[in-house]
Amino acid sequence: MSDAEVTRDGLTGVRPGREAQMRAGDGRRRRDAPRADHPGDSYYGRPIINPPVWAERDIAGYLFAGGLAGSSSILAAGAELTGRRRLARRSKLAAAAALAASLAALVHDLGRPERFLNMLRVFKPTSPMNMGSWLLSVYGPVMGAAAASDLLGVAPRAGRAATVGAGVLGAGVSTYTAALIADTAVPAWHGGHRELPFLFAGSAAAAGSGFALIAAPRAESGPARRMALLGATGELLASQLLERRLGVVAETLREGSAGTRLRAAKALTGAGLIGAATLAGRSRSAAVASGACLLAGSALTRFGLFAAGMASARDPRYTVQPQRERIAARDS
Amino acid sequence: MSEDGLLEILLGGQDPAVSAGWEEHPPRVGFFTDTSLCIGCKACEVACKEWNGVPEDGLSWSGRSHDNSGGLGADTWRHVAFVEQRVPLDSGQTNFKRPGAGGEEGFRWLMASDVCKHCTHAACLDVCPTGAIFRTEFGTVVVQADVCNGCGYCVPACPYGVLDKREEDGRIFKCTLCYDRLEVGQEPACAKACPTESIQFGELEELRERAAGRVEQLRDGGIVEARLYGHDPADGVGGDGAFFLLLDEPEVYGLPPDPIVTTRDLPAMYGRVAIAAGAMLAGAAACFAGSRR
Repeated sequence: MSDAEVTRDGLTGVRPGREAQMRAGDGRRRRDAPRADHPGDSYYGRPIINPPVWAERDIAGYLFAGGLAGSSSILAAGAELTGRRRLARRSKLAAAAALAASLAALVHDLGRPERFLNMLRVFKPTSPMNMGSWLLSVYGPVMGAAAASDLLGVAPRAGRAATVGAGVLGAGVSTYTAALIADTAVPAWHGGHRELPFLFAGSAAAAGSGFALIAAPRAESGPARRMALLGATGELLASQLLERRLGVVAETLREGSAGTRLRAAKALTGAGLIGAATLAGRSRSAAVASGACLLAGSALTRFGLFAAGMASARDPRYTVQPQRERIAARDS
Repeated sequence: MSEDGLLEILLGGQDPAVSAGWEEHPPRVGFFTDTSLCIGCKACEVACKEWNGVPEDGLSWSGRSHDNSGGLGADTWRHVAFVEQRVPLDSGQTNFKRPGAGGEEGFRWLMASDVCKHCTHAACLDVCPTGAIFRTEFGTVVVQADVCNGCGYCVPACPYGVLDKREEDGRIFKCTLCYDRLEVGQEPACAKACPTESIQFGELEELRERAAGRVEQLRDGGIVEARLYGHDPADGVGGDGAFFLLLDEPEVYGLPPDPIVTTRDLPAMYGRVAIAAGAMLAGAAACFAGSRR
């Protein structure tokens, strides 16, 4: 109850409102640090950032399928320019199928799928998703034209130009998704923003060449075997660098379903790498097996990184601890 | 161009309304939430829901003190946190003695009403691919519900965990700092309803001055752990439009201790993406080189 009174001299006994003091005494007594009833480094263990609302099948699936489409287009361009007709055609078809699956997944994941064209109502370089939408809206038709020209046997010159164009754009399609997920507050993704583009490039190259090992005849798949070596090596190296970079957050790469997937991914990518380097040039079935290992390894890498990001977002420790370390480094 | 110059263009300057293209605009406004005055009544949560038509967000207790709404999200635009801590009796902040506790042990509640920070450099706004999130003439950040397509990119981009998707609707929702009320000269519903003036609305410049005075006053009174949070234009998000006076570390309240706007690193990311894409093409060229059939 208020003791305030209105008098001739104005208000008396009013409470201090926004100047209210917190203690009755007036001494400058210091107190001990409070002991928390809950862990002091979080609010009841609740996440600090809101974890992504993306469906794993759609978005991790897109990270894989987008990489497969982009690198298949690169292989198709190389094959076209060097006269490997079957490798070119099959890589184009793989790119078209992977891109169709990608677009379906991306639209399906929207809260309002009927508004997907809103992605193109602005041109916004600060948004990797917006840039990616523009990239896909150029890449898609170019790549589609390349595949259609090849299948239908029409406009071969334009088809050849489109094939090369799709190959160049495909390198962007394969790698921009690294900036897309790194440009968030998710600790495992943002913390890896320096390594993820190379990891995604390697993983995409491994996927595209893995498909080529399965689909193309051995006589035409020499470049794909070499690209498999490069891509798989790049993927494995970048994974190591990422793990070293992330510090305490690297736990999310080792634990839980992310850990299981990433360990399996490394084993499969390693097996595919060895297979591509040795037997795949001599035996058709070894090429198919190596290619399957590389494809599965690439997919598990993407699904593993997705799961690691989710785990790092859900545990407040992975948000707080790196920030505390940053403060300590700044203060020292 | 120096990296700082590039960042300045990417992130904009200290006056967000000007950076967003408003030529003439009213002064930037915001909230100063002084948690030392919060009594945990949740009038702010209720007033926000009433005014903005925000759906129910949990009519059952969370089992975490008196918290029933958990944290900010699509249906919680103001969230009152309740932190229970043991402190020595007569330490100046003892709410009461714990039942059954030994002689010298007291107990305090920290209560704090959290809200969207309306950052100077807002990651949600930067990453929004549709332009649904925009900067108002008041320097606040608002999601346009008629444009948002529910892509969800802003949700993990926010370093504070403010935005979320309303599943049954598909779109993203957050505090608008009562944009409709501001436009007709009214203060936001939560500040209007706050009975202790823990939530103070006003021009940001004035609020920052007032907050500096308040934290000094509390420290002079012996509350040495009083500190401001989000008030500093030099922090990782360029300062918050809604900032706080806290009585413990930010993470105790569920706030990040050193948030940064993720787009600060975007030039570096794009650079690496370009190098990685170039490496793919160069690698592919090498794989095909000298093997023309």
